Amino acid sequence: MSLWRQLARGLHALANRRAADQDIADEVESYLEQATAALEASGLSPDEARRRARLELSSATAVREQVRSYGWENVIASALSDLRYAARRLGGNSGFTTISVLTLALGIGASTAIFSVIEGVLLKPLSYPQSGQIVALRHTAPGIHIDDLNLAASLYFTYSDENRVFQDVGMWQADTASVTGVAQPEEVPALLVTNRFLPVLGVQPVLGRQFTASDDDPKSERAVILSNGYWKSHFGGDRSVLGRRILLDGNAHSVVGVMPPSFQFMDRQVSLLLPLRINRVDIRLISFCCQGIARLKPGVTLTEANADVTRMLALAPAKFAVNPGFSSNVWATARIAPRLRLLKDVLVGDIGKTLWMLMGTVGIVLLIACANVANLLLVRADGRRQELAVRAALGAGWGRIARELLLESLLLGAAGGGLGLALAYGALRVLRASGVEHLPRVHEISIDPAVLAFTLGISLVASFLLGLIPVFKYARPQLSNALGSGGRSISQSKERHRARSILVVVQVALAVVLLVGSGLMIRTFQALRHIDPGFSHAPELETLHISIPESQVSEPERAIRMEEEILRKIESIAGVSAVAITSNLPMEGGSGDPVYAEDQTAQVGTVPPIRTLKFVSPGYFSTTGARLIAGRDLTWAETYNQTPLALVSENMARELWHDPRAAIGKRIRPTLKDDWREVIGVVADLRDEGVDQKAPAIVYWPLLQKNFESSPTYVFRNVAFVIRTPRAGSLALLQDLQKAVASVNSNLPLADVKTLESVYDRSLARTSFTLVLLAIAGGMALLLGLIGIYGVISYSVSQRTREIGIRLALGAPLQNVTGMFVRHGMVLSGVGVAFGLTGALALTRLMKSVLFDVSPSDPLTYVEVSAALVLAATLASYLPARKATKVDPVEALRAE
Amino acid sequence: MDELNTDVIQGTLDMLILKTLSLEPMHGFGIARRIEQISRGVFKVNPGSLLTALQRLERGGWLDAEWRRTENSRRAKVYKLTRAGKKQLSNQTADWSRRTSAIARLLKAEG
Repeated sequence: MSLWRQLARGLHALANRRAADQDIADEVESYLEQATAALEASGLSPDEARRRARLELSSATAVREQVRSYGWENVIASALSDLRYAARRLGGNSGFTTISVLTLALGIGASTAIFSVIEGVLLKPLSYPQSGQIVALRHTAPGIHIDDLNLAASLYFTYSDENRVFQDVGMWQADTASVTGVAQPEEVPALLVTNRFLPVLGVQPVLGRQFTASDDDPKSERAVILSNGYWKSHFGGDRSVLGRRILLDGNAHSVVGVMPPSFQFMDRQVSLLLPLRINRVDIRLISFCCQGIARLKPGVTLTEANADVTRMLALAPAKFAVNPGFSSNVWATARIAPRLRLLKDVLVGDIGKTLWMLMGTVGIVLLIACANVANLLLVRADGRRQELAVRAALGAGWGRIARELLLESLLLGAAGGGLGLALAYGALRVLRASGVEHLPRVHEISIDPAVLAFTLGISLVASFLLGLIPVFKYARPQLSNALGSGGRSISQSKERHRARSILVVVQVALAVVLLVGSGLMIRTFQALRHIDPGFSHAPELETLHISIPESQVSEPERAIRMEEEILRKIESIAGVSAVAITSNLPMEGGSGDPVYAEDQTAQVGTVPPIRTLKFVSPGYFSTTGARLIAGRDLTWAETYNQTPLALVSENMARELWHDPRAAIGKRIRPTLKDDWREVIGVVADLRDEGVDQKAPAIVYWPLLQKNFESSPTYVFRNVAFVIRTPRAGSLALLQDLQKAVASVNSNLPLADVKTLESVYDRSLARTSFTLVLLAIAGGMALLLGLIGIYGVISYSVSQRTREIGIRLALGAPLQNVTGMFVRHGMVLSGVGVAFGLTGALALTRLMKSVLFDVSPSDPLTYVEVSAALVLAATLASYLPARKATKVDPVEALRAE
Repeated sequence: MDELNTDVIQGTLDMLILKTLSLEPMHGFGIARRIEQISRGVFKVNPGSLLTALQRLERGGWLDAEWRRTENSRRAKVYKLTRAGKKQLSNQTADWSRRTSAIARLLKAEG
């Protein structure tokens, strides 16, 4: 009741300010009348009574003020009037206000933009219910040198049966499916999942049902769940789609459900969900095929889950037989151990370091922006020195003056924050439009309440930091001497300059840190561009995927013949100089398996290191521009004859046989049961895991083989074509390619058509992303720093006009006067650079993970940045210093 | 200073106002005079403090106020104790006597 009354009355008084004031005035007046009347009644004359009554009341105005000041609403009212006053003052100096607000908006906007990326990518939980319970079932196998191992089907069943820590266990695999029987054959992204996959995520179809255990049975009717987008675009959102049959890879699948529009998984484009359909009886122990996810029971920690998985890993060999061709103790030697991670951490990966580094970067930009605005505020406060001193002398409390100065910066901060938010919004739109593919969860980045709170927070903090500097300098009680030293001081006291000089030094120092950072990134980028990735002229390499399903061409050799036929058709397209086929494009990995070498007598019971396996057609190396170091390429005849041959990468040849030429004629195989394969060639290393990563050891096998990886015939039906042509990337070429493929088989959709350049760029994307943002930040810092120096020198020139006049009148040469100011600027920037270099040495060490082939203390970068900055600073001080020479001594001395 | 201190004891003004109004509704000046009279001039109420206190008590819901014509046909804002005000007064009075008797005991013990 009381609180409510307080609030209601206060609001009422606030809304009817005049009436409330009148009421108080009336009451004071009535009090006076009553007192007068009482005094009169006691026998005083009316005049005397009135005088006495007034005396008693002391000052009616003071009483009114005293009564008025009661109530919370009055604090607001007086703050509002102060605010109006501050706004008027800011409005009166629109140049200063515009520059300050813009500077702050840049700093706050940049910080807000990066923070919203951090919030969307790193901080926000995944959009599943209790997403903190969802873990990715990763493993390690130190015994065979694998750091990060996926999930085996055998382990999926083991975990499903035996676990004590999971609510549900699911397994998935990304795939594509060619949809035929509709207008145009189409290759669409699909997700193969086990039946408990969706319950693990806690997501349900919006229409129809989810998969059941029977859907996983290979003998059951094939089922499919559509994504909402695919349902809308291909079935017009028709609810009667349930039960319809669609042809996927030549097999009829019954539509059983439609996912909600919000469904997303690991940033993947998914059009279809298909059951994984694994036949448990066919599963062998070594069956690492898929990705595993699980939902932890409430309260179970990752450590507990890891412990339970360790226990279950020991149970698997009893449940599933070892694959033929593998030694029986393979499980023990691999030393497989759990490495469970939160699904979010797997999705986000190691981008966190980069993002936090960028956050630090924009934080520095914000600091520089604040320093700049603080400098301007100091100049303003300096101009008001006498006004403030007069007010202080007249009894204005320093708290009151401080409040005024703070309110001014608060207004600037609020305006800067608002504009900054708008800038951030724009920047995020650009970010999303530019399709930074490698940035995980990019579609989840938005300006949400957390981001708004952040913006509000930094705007307030920035405002206070800004406001406090002039407050401490000018609102202190020792103002009185400002009155004395008024306008007629001959030159400026050093003290009045100190705060601004310090700010400029700080700005320059911070700018140096950012510029060194950008410089190091530029050097990294250059270093990466100079690395030979293992292929050449990527912009002239067009790639596309084609899959020949068993339902269309069952016989393996015929599938390969069809692939060659397509290759020949593409070869005859105008402008195409070479075509080849591969299982996995450069920089797109391959399967990973141990490879045995005949002459390397491995210790019994150990497994040789894992190599990347790729499968290629003849001509692949000459097409991609990979150098043959020794030996020769495969031939088509050998491919069809299934001659047991292989090529290896240079680093593998050196590792096993110390010399590429020595590798020729050696024999290797992936499992103990396979035929030995003769090494006929050694190929230059390929930076398959990214330009900045070490080149892995790679073995290249023919597309068609027998007795390979324990299967009698090993064939690659889902292949990528690599086409060398100057027409790569053009629409006309794409149409020619479609015609060429259709002329061989009209039911084969072309998938994932792109140039190899785009693959290469993607591997550099993080570096270029970091580089661009750091360069923008560095450029902004440099600009703001130079503006700071320019401002200080130019203000100093304007304040010292009289001094300049005297010097000139006494015969000082012009250059000396100019030099004096330029020297001042150079000293400031020199000190700033010195501090900045020290700071950069300390801070750039944090960049180590994003640098490549450049030391964080790379001397060249440091020297270049310092030189450039001092040069720019000299120019920034020379420009205003020149104004000094325009001073007319007579005018200057006469002024005031 | 030679003059006797006529300030109202810190923190008791609210209670004195409430007590005064518990006798009959009154305007500001009337309250001031009544306090002065009953205290036999020991307490003189500062008008600014009084009017502020009235504002506070009204806001707190312990007083109601309305503009009325007084006996000498002048307009005045007349204050009246509310139910909550009565309760507040009895609380404050009880609290006050508890404290003063404690102080009195302490002072006696000291003597």
